[in-house]
Amino acid sequence: MEKKSTEQLQEVASQVRRDILRMVHQVQSGHPGASLGCTEFFTALYFDQLKHDSDFKMEGKNEDLFFLSNGHISPVWYSVLSRSGYFPIEEMSTFRKLNSRLQGHPATEEDLPGIRIASGSLGQGLSVAIGAAQAKKIDGDDRMVYVLMGDGEQEEGQIWEAAMYAAHWKVDNLIATIDLNRQQIDGPTKEIMDLIDLRAKYESFGWTVIDTENGNDMKSVIEGLEKAKSLAGKGKPVLNLLHTEMGFGVDFMVGTHKWHGIAPNDQQLADALAQLSETLGDY
Amino acid sequence: MEKTLDLKFNYTDKKDTRSGFGDGLLEAGRKNPNVVGLCADLIGSLKMGAFQKEFPERFFQTGIAEANMMGIAAGLSISGKIPFTGTFANFSTGRVYDQIRQSIAYSDKNVKICASHAGLTLGEDGATHQILEDLGMMKMLPHMTVINPCDYNQTKAATMAIAEHEGPVYLRFGRPVWPIFTPADQKFEIGKAWKMIDGKDVTIFATGHLVWEAVIAEAMLREEGISAEVINIHTIKPLDTEAILDSVAKTGCAVSAEEHQYNGGLGDSIAQTLIRNNPAPLEYVGVDDSFGESGTPTQLLEKYGLNAANIVAAAKRALARK
Repeated sequence: MEKKSTEQLQEVASQVRRDILRMVHQVQSGHPGASLGCTEFFTALYFDQLKHDSDFKMEGKNEDLFFLSNGHISPVWYSVLSRSGYFPIEEMSTFRKLNSRLQGHPATEEDLPGIRIASGSLGQGLSVAIGAAQAKKIDGDDRMVYVLMGDGEQEEGQIWEAAMYAAHWKVDNLIATIDLNRQQIDGPTKEIMDLIDLRAKYESFGWTVIDTENGNDMKSVIEGLEKAKSLAGKGKPVLNLLHTEMGFGVDFMVGTHKWHGIAPNDQQLADALAQLSETLGDY
Repeated sequence: MEKTLDLKFNYTDKKDTRSGFGDGLLEAGRKNPNVVGLCADLIGSLKMGAFQKEFPERFFQTGIAEANMMGIAAGLSISGKIPFTGTFANFSTGRVYDQIRQSIAYSDKNVKICASHAGLTLGEDGATHQILEDLGMMKMLPHMTVINPCDYNQTKAATMAIAEHEGPVYLRFGRPVWPIFTPADQKFEIGKAWKMIDGKDVTIFATGHLVWEAVIAEAMLREEGISAEVINIHTIKPLDTEAILDSVAKTGCAVSAEEHQYNGGLGDSIAQTLIRNNPAPLEYVGVDDSFGESGTPTQLLEKYGLNAANIVAAAKRALARK
């Protein structure tokens, strides 16, 4: 695939946001908030950073692998997967409907190309990514393994088991990203369960930590991922703290937990789509 | 009592079933380079040391973190590795049920969950560790195969067989030294019940350590003129319903015997099979809705009603209901 410019990637992101909103609106269910907040990240991964093959093979030998731990933001993943050729874009219209391959939370049961493990019950993706990364080491495969987690998800205990393990066993072909939007379903993380200082927590566990200060700026996101990659292979797992705004790209959705799991109505959809240009053609 | 009985199966040696697992894992690892091992700080108890020593690069010590171990195993399997996880049965199931459900069963990953110290025969450690609900939890998960072998040889054969089987498996074994009464060269067929003793009056369906108790019970019943058929149900799921129905069609009544709650265990599975096809009398030998306690394996099997004498009594109750 030809390398896309930042502007071209931003155009893809605009379409991805339209896909997210239209999918969630159509079934009046799903999670638009963090999907919109992570749109630059997913676009940068699938259209710029990952070495991957849309002719999907589960094993992913000699490919970079991506795992989504906070599976509820499936709309953004489904959009980038279909927009990068894993399955027809028309299939997005089946999101969360009966007999669809696009389950509410990502799953392998229906053989949707691009998905390697089910997620949705939180806290499990980091462990899975570690296993996949260690398998690559055994196989002498020098590609990377990426995983995205939520910040609220850091409240799950399994994550800290995995964090301890990855540092102890020097799983340094792993780049974990936390979507630091400071929101969870019941409210701001500061009120629900204060994360205090995730950088200090992970550093004390033995990780290399970087911040991507503007996770909704394409250039910054790519710079962050490039930096993370440059720090890999040095004996420590790498954490990328991706500072995002939930609902980014739609003025009335931005920066609040209110749109975590709420679908826009007809008028709200129209208002939102008016803010996002249709760059690649709606499905 | 055993000495005076004319047993159809005998033994010259006793060993723990967990050693069958350890030795089977080593052989499976020698046969297939994709076999990898994981353990949550119980390498000695699970007898995984020989595998670790021979294949250090294919062995993963996770520390006391079973949830993480299950996730890592799932991740390893994606590239084609065949992960065998090892910890106690309690920590292999209840503690990590959601990790198994989502990352292994629902995701249909080729992970072998190998669980030692199952049941009452764990002994003195007591009820915190004596899980009696694991077969039920595991058999309810779609895609999951559930196996509970009866002695060292069968556990070793089962361990090697599951390495060749594609899909998630729960393999349950235990701690006590136990008679080795099945052949060393047996072929282990997943899902295929083994008729060990022919009989015509009552069928005893037994799994795990209680297969040995069933062998003793058959001899005791024979002395009283009752002909019992003994069937070794090493695979709880998929259940060999054909073997069960064929036998009960002949004998007309049955006993299930397991080191587990009969609520949710082998007894339940056999009852479901019979009720839909041939509602013959069935008596359960299992734990009746209680936790275990500290004691020796022999004491516990007696107190909780799981030994040969209990199987004999259950067989007579089943016969009386024909």
